[in-house]
Amino acid sequence: MDLHLTKDTPSAAERLAVDSVLGESGLGRSDGVTSAALVGHEAAAGHAARANRHLLLPVLHAIQERMGWISHGALNYACQRLTIPPTEAYGVATFYALFSVQPKPPIVAHVCDDIACMANGAEQLCSEMTQRLGKAGTKSGAGSVTWHRSPCLGMCERAPAAMITAAGKRPSTTVVAPANGAAIERILEDEKHEEPPLVESQTMGSVPQAGSAELRLLRRMSRIDPDSIASYRAAGGYQALTRALELGPEQIVREVAASKLMGRGGAAFPAGIKWRSVASAAARPHYMVCNADESEPGTFKDRVVLEEDPFAVVEAMTIAGIATGCEKGFIYLRGEYPLALARMTNALAQARAAGLLGGSILGNTMSFDIEIRRGAGAYICGEETALFNSIEGFRGEPRNKPPFPTEVGLFGKPTLVNNVETLINVLDIVLEGSEAYAAIGTEQSTGTKLFCLSGHVARPGVYEVPFGTSLLALIELAGGVAGSGNMQAVLLGGAAGTFLTPQELDTPLTFESTRAIGATLGSGVVMVFDDTVNMQRVLLRVAAFFRDESCGQCVPCRVGTVRQEELLNRLFAEKTIGSTEDELHLLNDIGQAMRDASICGLGQTASSAIESAARVGLFNGRKH
Amino acid sequence: MWLGVDVGADIALANAMGREIIAAGLANEEFIDNATSDFAAYRSAVEPYTLTYAEEITGVPAAVIRETAHTYARADRAQICWTLGITEHHNAVDNVLAIINLALLTGHVGRYGSGLNPLRGQNNVQGSGDMGALPDRLPGFQHVENAPLREKFERAWHKRIPAKKGWNLSEMFDAMELGVLTALYVIGENPAQSEADQHRAINLLQGLEILVVQDVLMNATAAMADVVLPAAASWCESDGTVTNSERRVQRVRRALDAPPGVKDDITILCDLATRMGGDLGPPVAESIWDELRSLSPFHTGMSYERIEQLGGIQWPCYDESHPGELYLHGRLWARPVIGPRAPFHAVAYKPPAEWLDDRFPIRLTTGRRLDSFNTGVQTAGYTSPLRRRETIDLSPEDGRKLGVAEGETVRVSSRRGSVEAPVRIDSTLRPGLAFMTPHFPNEVATNELTIDATDPKSGTAEFKAAAIRIDKVEVGVAQD
Amino acid sequence: MGSESELSELQPTWQFLNPIPQGPLPTIPEPAAAPEVELIIDGRETSVPTGSTLLQATKSLGIETPTLCYLENLTPVNACRVCVVELEGSRTLVPACSRKVEAGMQVQTDSPRVRLSRRMVLEFLASSVDVSTAPELQQYMGQYAAEPERYGPSGPPALGNERDAAVPGHHVAPDGATAGTVEQPVKIDNELYIRDYSKCILCYKCVEACGEDAQNTFAIAVAGRGFDARIATEYTVPLPDSACVYCGNCIGVCPTGALMFRSEYEMREAGTWDESAQSETDTICSYCGVGCNLQLHIQDNEIVKVMSPIESGVTQGHLCIKGRFGWQFMQQPKKK
Repeated sequence: MDLHLTKDTPSAAERLAVDSVLGESGLGRSDGVTSAALVGHEAAAGHAARANRHLLLPVLHAIQERMGWISHGALNYACQRLTIPPTEAYGVATFYALFSVQPKPPIVAHVCDDIACMANGAEQLCSEMTQRLGKAGTKSGAGSVTWHRSPCLGMCERAPAAMITAAGKRPSTTVVAPANGAAIERILEDEKHEEPPLVESQTMGSVPQAGSAELRLLRRMSRIDPDSIASYRAAGGYQALTRALELGPEQIVREVAASKLMGRGGAAFPAGIKWRSVASAAARPHYMVCNADESEPGTFKDRVVLEEDPFAVVEAMTIAGIATGCEKGFIYLRGEYPLALARMTNALAQARAAGLLGGSILGNTMSFDIEIRRGAGAYICGEETALFNSIEGFRGEPRNKPPFPTEVGLFGKPTLVNNVETLINVLDIVLEGSEAYAAIGTEQSTGTKLFCLSGHVARPGVYEVPFGTSLLALIELAGGVAGSGNMQAVLLGGAAGTFLTPQELDTPLTFESTRAIGATLGSGVVMVFDDTVNMQRVLLRVAAFFRDESCGQCVPCRVGTVRQEELLNRLFAEKTIGSTEDELHLLNDIGQAMRDASICGLGQTASSAIESAARVGLFNGRKH
Repeated sequence: MWLGVDVGADIALANAMGREIIAAGLANEEFIDNATSDFAAYRSAVEPYTLTYAEEITGVPAAVIRETAHTYARADRAQICWTLGITEHHNAVDNVLAIINLALLTGHVGRYGSGLNPLRGQNNVQGSGDMGALPDRLPGFQHVENAPLREKFERAWHKRIPAKKGWNLSEMFDAMELGVLTALYVIGENPAQSEADQHRAINLLQGLEILVVQDVLMNATAAMADVVLPAAASWCESDGTVTNSERRVQRVRRALDAPPGVKDDITILCDLATRMGGDLGPPVAESIWDELRSLSPFHTGMSYERIEQLGGIQWPCYDESHPGELYLHGRLWARPVIGPRAPFHAVAYKPPAEWLDDRFPIRLTTGRRLDSFNTGVQTAGYTSPLRRRETIDLSPEDGRKLGVAEGETVRVSSRRGSVEAPVRIDSTLRPGLAFMTPHFPNEVATNELTIDATDPKSGTAEFKAAAIRIDKVEVGVAQD
Repeated sequence: MGSESELSELQPTWQFLNPIPQGPLPTIPEPAAAPEVELIIDGRETSVPTGSTLLQATKSLGIETPTLCYLENLTPVNACRVCVVELEGSRTLVPACSRKVEAGMQVQTDSPRVRLSRRMVLEFLASSVDVSTAPELQQYMGQYAAEPERYGPSGPPALGNERDAAVPGHHVAPDGATAGTVEQPVKIDNELYIRDYSKCILCYKCVEACGEDAQNTFAIAVAGRGFDARIATEYTVPLPDSACVYCGNCIGVCPTGALMFRSEYEMREAGTWDESAQSETDTICSYCGVGCNLQLHIQDNEIVKVMSPIESGVTQGHLCIKGRFGWQFMQQPKKK
């Protein structure tokens, strides 16, 4: 391949931004010695340079954060450094909502109008923003500021939420929740004057149960300093790793399998099977990936764990890496989680300094290290194979399965992918043994589960309960129905989940019983809607969400999500083509094709909540 | 890996690789013992080519040469492919021999996926040679000086064939210069613009007693000719075969009717023979091909029908049950080797014929661009978005040093001639190296600059290495 | 000159004059024959070599499977999903083009679920894309009784470069009265190609042919996301500013006529394109030594299009700019 670049060149600042990730250009010399006579006699391209393609996403972040957008010249320079065809890099840059390839004001307010925030005044907030800054997308503040609507920011317990990104020499990302127009504008002003934004301390706890002796996964919440490894160790941290090293890889895998731990990311796949497949895969190297791209609307449990107990994630990943023969792990973190990023970055540094990460862990011969990769605003990247493509510097398009990641995963190698919540369960399994662990919960759903309660509940937040707790009990734990006090519906499992009626609240929360009623625990979302909510608007937002977040690769999802949204709009506006029955029939056909023929879980579940809403009569919901 | 070898330094690179392979114990000794000869002489000939010495001559870092040598020697299968950058030099054959030595040294020849592959620049340059369009060969590479072979043809053609080989192209021009060659019949070539040292070529062509040109289009040589024979395009207005770079004989077919009065090459030649009192038989492509099959053992098995069925056949194809051969020289792996051993040839690095000096400090190399072909006779006929005017391509460093900007017209001079061309800055060139093409001879006669120092064995001129100077054109002069 | 002849100049007399003797017949080292895998397709037992795809297996039984994004000479991207089949034990349907056979698989290629998904894929495409020059797709539509009209009349076309400028994130909510389409202005920015993305079904074939599967040029790639995803050059620069080398291999693989030779496009616009009056002749390119097989499409004793047969061992259907376009000298005012 000959790299073909247009004449657009980078500015000095853009060049520095790229170099901040890649180091200075070495004039094409690979062996370190530079001699003028030899320059140009050897290319720095080839396999070695192309092997750095995984740095594309960090490089694009660096340009975006420094400049507020990615210019053609900047992209050319990045491509030249990484030997990537500019057209492919452009394809990657235009895939993510947090990148812009068009000039854009450096300061941007992203205002969430997704379903949880919708139930908590997001529309009022958006009209307030319009009054203050003009229509979404317009420039204000002498061209330095703009705002737009955003999909779920994962701050649902403190809805409505907003995130402010400010590009420049001192880039920052600030989350404000609960948000109001005045608070947002204050931050925008600070950013305009390049002042560190002052965010009111967010006193409202994200873990209302914090401190309770019954907690297991959340036992350290509010009890440790999340920035201190000493504090984590004092609270029992890293005992599991010590124990794991005693057990050895085979025994760890056996314990995880015997615990019957199921994946908590939504697909509920037995973790032990995955671990065993990766551990025994012949191809090398093996990779470990922690999926922290939590983007399912209504989901925020992983964020809270990453923010409040970051070392637990590091420790669990290290155990997983050792057990499955990985020396390298990646944590793919949602781009909208600045606090989690800071805490995890610090945790990795401290763990490395303490000899708990890197070469010879705890003096053992094993080595394992972790790199953080930030997403950039694409729900689809939570799909494991899309996540691999994203890390590798390609568009976050899912791959067809099989082959499964345990055989052909990241960089084409056997890869263990687990969600944050799944991983932290391993600490207890290793420490207490699988038997003790499996004694909690039910026969088929062992252990405890984290749930994200939001919408109209009295105390929204992350809750931990043993599997088998009823939905009603969980909602009561959160203080019961808030708002009008009359429940209209509950969304279980997220936008890809199912709506349940008040009559179904005694369903025990286990994988098996939700499956029995055609529902799913999904990512643990429990979003309560009182009877004042216009459910049609919620459903339209769900349909719009999938249309926005479809990667566009396969036809059923790319076009099906569009047709589904169009259909709902005309159905709810009572402007049907043919009879209502025709439309409902068509909606079923669309849903069936997306479920049956889409490449990945996004398309396969894009009709799930909507079809369940039709089943429980929410289409005819009250008009407002 | 990419190696930016200085122009004309290929032998130094190959010899250093050979030395390194021997020194590292990576030579295929069993193959060398069984199938080759003259290894000892080769080993001592490459001894002076240390990595450091080669770095000095080629400009390629020693470590990179070493890695290339090791990678090549250790590979399960390895091929060396080359094009005119190897053969358009005054020591072209030595360049090729240096490469062949590497294949013999490692046994990367005569096996599937390995070998030596000169990539042909024209669609039937292989076929022309196969058909005997070489000064010393009859069809099927049968040497004209081998009496039994020659007699076979004489019996078939009922004609005496001169028992001595003829002249190659360079020798023909030399013969014109000496006045020994006075008549020339050119088919499908444009020597007035394609020869190195164009000035001399045109003078010699003009001095001929008679020049006959047979071509598809009017070209510069045809414009000088006494007789022009308009020919149908062989690839779409005629039937026949061509042979590609991998020795695959394939069918060309008539898809279009030639314009009125235009005949295909076979008909022209047969008509001409008839007027000269001979008889070449019916002007039908397939019957001529069948005659070839009866005389050339390499082609015997290739009926039109089989060529069609098999999607082309790679020679040699000895009979109609033979599938053709995917690669050559498998005999070298037979124990004992079948036929003669393959000899190593000790060859030494010699710099390009023309030295760089203060007056002519820049190395000019020439070549093609993707969308154009040779002197542009055919490619000028289509509009290509890639096409630019002819330029003199310079490295950014040289551009700065000379104080010339992109698009600025400069005078490019060699010891033979001088042309004007606009500058194009190309960051893929390194300092001291410039590039031009022969594609637009009517705008920029690049071959006014090239040197006709030719390889004594192949007769090929050193198109790839001339010494030039770049001068700014005074504004006043440019406006003349 | 071949290396043999060059070499021979230096050989001692024996080799100088005599042909090299015939050696053993060259052989290609063949991998061990793949063991056969047994499976059941539409109730019929069959066995195919390990590593085969379901598409190959169905083909071996004579079962026709529709495909749009699949081509023998490209890596399957399984994006169009029109080839899906029902596999017992699988929650979803599986793409025949890329799913490898496994022992004991039970597959149905014409179940109601399969028929529905295929029909929906065809309706999704035909309701959002201009399929007027996609004969295969139209034929499948008949076969699967696709009714693209049931999504309503087509929505308004995108103006200017609106589709190229679309950014990921919130979109303007549709009212549902019309069906959204990818209709947009034709891109004509050079002498050789036109790109009519109103006809693009995003099958990725052109991207693959431009990139890793054939040309290694990477002039085009998919940009944007979701329904706004599109084939684009970087920053949508015109083709002449891109890496494009005009090999035409993207056009060769395009199943819908979205990519077309400009000459064909102009003849169609002028109403002079007449496939019934065209003949096809295979020959060899007149330029370099590769020996590419050309398939000349002739209308009125003029070349109107050059393709290469996909089954050609030399080209696998791919050409370069000279083979694809370098024939125009044949159609100048000719020789005197």
